Amino acid sequence: MEKLISEFSVGLFFWQLVIFVSLILLLRKFAWKPILSAVDERETKISEALDQAEKAKAEVARLQSNNEALLREAQAERDAILKAARDAKEAMITEAKTKASEEANRMIEQARESIRNEKMAVMTELKNQLAAFSLEVAEKLVKEQLSTNTKQAELANKLVSEIKLN
Amino acid sequence: MLKPYITAIFTFFIVFAGFASAGHNEAQGAESKDIKTEIKSYINHHLQDSHDFNLFELNGSHVGFPLPVILWDNGLHLFLSSAFHHGETVAESNGNYYTLFHNKVYRTDAAGSITLDDHQHPTNVAPLDFSITKNVFMILVVALLMLWMFGSMSRSYKSGKGLPQGVGRFLEPIILYIRDDIAIPNIGEKHYKKFMSYLLTVFFFIWIVNLFGLTPLGVNVTNNIAITFCLAILTYLITTFSAKKDYWMHIFWMPGVPAPMKLVLAPIELLGTFIKPFSLMIRLYANITAGHIVMMSIIGLMFIFKNWLGSSLSFFLAFVLSILELLVAALQAYVFTMLSALYFGSAVEEHHHEEAHH
Repeated sequence: MEKLISEFSVGLFFWQLVIFVSLILLLRKFAWKPILSAVDERETKISEALDQAEKAKAEVARLQSNNEALLREAQAERDAILKAARDAKEAMITEAKTKASEEANRMIEQARESIRNEKMAVMTELKNQLAAFSLEVAEKLVKEQLSTNTKQAELANKLVSEIKLN
Repeated sequence: MLKPYITAIFTFFIVFAGFASAGHNEAQGAESKDIKTEIKSYINHHLQDSHDFNLFELNGSHVGFPLPVILWDNGLHLFLSSAFHHGETVAESNGNYYTLFHNKVYRTDAAGSITLDDHQHPTNVAPLDFSITKNVFMILVVALLMLWMFGSMSRSYKSGKGLPQGVGRFLEPIILYIRDDIAIPNIGEKHYKKFMSYLLTVFFFIWIVNLFGLTPLGVNVTNNIAITFCLAILTYLITTFSAKKDYWMHIFWMPGVPAPMKLVLAPIELLGTFIKPFSLMIRLYANITAGHIVMMSIIGLMFIFKNWLGSSLSFFLAFVLSILELLVAALQAYVFTMLSALYFGSAVEEHHHEEAHH
């Protein structure tokens, strides 16, 4: 302890105090404050940038899910449109088919009708012809049979007999 | 991890060196005694401050440069230390005569006579010595170096868009370490900022000065008690003046203990506030001084043994110790900063007395 006290140099203490305190003050002004504030600034910047990156990531995820939803919607819409088109096609085909068959039936019916009419006309014609033929034949026959007086009398008798007087 | 190796080396070294030197002891007894006293005086000289900057000694003449001597002795006396001729002559200034005795300046007469008392202490008047000694010169150099280094570092942030350039890339992690692992945990997020300037300056100052002490320049600033006293007193003053109510409360009226205990604790706690910076002062001083004494003794052993085994072993040991001293240089700076931060932390701490207290 005594050695330490005898070793103590006032001059050295004085200079150390002066130089060291001014060193602290100078460094505080010219080095520590700018350095620490620069570091602080950088650290806040980094953490802000990280925050922003996180936000951007969330935004991208949100957009992606949005896109997916949109895509799904579009697909659903497409499916609906396609389905409607298919339905319309089928409906049209069925309608066309019914119409066609109806037309065909109608035409067939018309044909049948005209055939029936033709047939009737032919039949009537035929009946008329037959009647004419029959009359001719009957005329000829009657002419033949009633060529004699006896035969005329016989017929008159017969007809008279057939008439019943009630 | 290092300790067992050092122990093994020490044992090996002592055993073999003992054998090796045994043969030489008698033949070279007188010579080695001379060398021993020379080494001893050299070590003592190395540990002391000096008025001129000696780089080395060549054939008995000193190579270096003189420094200004500033004395206050009923008036200012200013002259260059070359006037002492390394303590061999008397320097004259404004009609007063001064001489060096064990590296201290004393007022004397034209003949340079020194009268000693019973304890071999000179009775001559010692003027107030504000000389720019070797250590003061070194402190100035380190201060300018730090100003330049950190000044350019702080400027490099502007040009580097918030990133350090050059030496700042190495220094920034250290600054951040002091902030994040020393200041904030010990002082707290709220108050740490106002202590940062002191902590950073004291850390880098002690570290750089210690590193300079390891160079062959032989400037050993931190083994002067005046230096460590100055640093410790600054820590003490900052602690005391930034102390809050709670700090004084804990010293003079410790909460949570019975009244008689409070009376007993108060002087102990008060003494503790002085012992803390005192231990800072002694720790730094003793560590660096001891390191240098051991280091130089081992280097000195090379010249005592003068054989291949002892000398190469002491060379190896000196090499290992240099590495250890490199670690100690940083470690002591760390410990000083760390403990200062701890004391500042206790000064600004705010307790919540209503809640549980030990």
